[in-house]
Amino acid sequence: MASYASRRRNSTIVMGLCLAATGIGVVWLFLILFSLLVNGIPGLTLAVFTEMTPPPGEHGGGLLNAIFGSVLMTVLGVGIGAPIGILAGTYLAEYGRHSKLTPVIRFINDILLSAPSIIIGLFVYGAVVVPMRSFSAVAGSIALAVIVIPVVVRTTEDMLLLVPNTLREAASALGLPRSFVIRRVAYRAARAGLITGVLLAVARVGGETAPLLFTVLSNQFWSANLLKPMANLPVTINNFINNPDANWKQLAWTGALLITVAVLSLNITARIFGASKDGR
Amino acid sequence: MLEKISVKDLKFFYGANLALKGINIPLYANKVTAFIGPSGCGKSTLLRVLNRMYDLYPGQHAEGEVNFDGRNILNPGEDLNLLRARIGMVFQKPTPFPMTIYDNIAFGLKLYENLSKSELDGRVEDSLKRAALWSEVKDKLGANGLSLSGGQQQRLCIARTVAIKPEVILFDEPCSALDPISTAKIEELIDELKTEYTIAIVTHNMQQAARVSEYTAFMYLGELVEFDETSKIFTTPSDQRTQDYITGRFG
Repeated sequence: MASYASRRRNSTIVMGLCLAATGIGVVWLFLILFSLLVNGIPGLTLAVFTEMTPPPGEHGGGLLNAIFGSVLMTVLGVGIGAPIGILAGTYLAEYGRHSKLTPVIRFINDILLSAPSIIIGLFVYGAVVVPMRSFSAVAGSIALAVIVIPVVVRTTEDMLLLVPNTLREAASALGLPRSFVIRRVAYRAARAGLITGVLLAVARVGGETAPLLFTVLSNQFWSANLLKPMANLPVTINNFINNPDANWKQLAWTGALLITVAVLSLNITARIFGASKDGR
Repeated sequence: MLEKISVKDLKFFYGANLALKGINIPLYANKVTAFIGPSGCGKSTLLRVLNRMYDLYPGQHAEGEVNFDGRNILNPGEDLNLLRARIGMVFQKPTPFPMTIYDNIAFGLKLYENLSKSELDGRVEDSLKRAALWSEVKDKLGANGLSLSGGQQQRLCIARTVAIKPEVILFDEPCSALDPISTAKIEELIDELKTEYTIAIVTHNMQQAARVSEYTAFMYLGELVEFDETSKIFTTPSDQRTQDYITGRFG
């Protein structure tokens, strides 16, 4: 029975290593959350949501224009990117399932999925900002859309592939056309997964800084003009935290807390939604 | 007797693999024809040719003739959606759609017919009655189809198929996932349905074939070994292989 004892010992050691690795991962997350809460909460006043970003050296002010810009550009980016992603994912999983092109597209999509976002920012800078001769909210939204597309393509394809073929056959056996089978049966069966994918994409772009830096820049003032630079949380945080002004620093911490809470709750919502995926 | 469907020298290929080696068989109108044989003999494949279900997958093709009311449905120009509305199919595993019981049935109907709400209600009720499910679900038509038991789900699938008024119904091992009580209900149902429809049923259960069908086809290795009246197949088969199979000596 010596081998049994040694197997038990090995098992304990490996289990301990796994727990330690998990602990190390989780500790950083909690340290980050802790420092965000400690530094961010003191600045969390009503003014943050009602006032514009202040000029340097002044007291008070808020992040209203930045919050507005972030929400607007995220909505636009996801609004542009999610439909394209869902349609492309549908092609891969349904119409093009047996096509030779599909593995190629999937491979390219996976590369896009892991492309550094700063590259995407530079690409949109070259493709949109330079020809338009201006940083703009439109360019920022396009950059975010480019990040959204591969995420949604991937989740859409994966979720549709999980829909059993027997369901498609059953719908086809009633004489329903292909498009009807996809829209009314496959989408419905995969609904929770599709929505989860879009929510995860929102969470992904919600905190993106690099692509916005090259495309919308930022704005000290209120602007709802899509063709002009627009304030947004990530770039504002980036600018404010690198400044000695104490008021700006405080606003940066608070902004960071807001983004983190928003992204975290989106992720949790997506998980809960994904977990109740039987659609009953 | 009227041949609703007549299959002539049908060959079927999965890629280069010949799965049906020249089948000739009639499906008589308003009769139940059972297909028996060991796994892999081609009986499900044959069924899936009759509504051209195989068209969903690339690399599969059929040669020969399948004449449905005298017209060869293997013609490339055949409208598959219309064909499948006329030749319905019930599958091995119950496959309710992820929607309400009512919508499971109304959904296909709405596509083909322009019905008012009350006509639609009537058709849904009528279909559920035909599938002997009405009394069990009439108070919960808004419940999800997936919340029903396996046997009820299968009857829902039958109701869904019956609702669009097909002429032929193909059953592909409809009871293999069901308990004996649900199986008995489905068999009763098939018996009632044959007054209006032409029925083909694939089954692994020879007692079931003997119980529900008037005609039985025994298939083996992609060939039709014997086709005759069910009573004859199960008492005095003319082929030794049929004899061996029904007595449980192989397969």
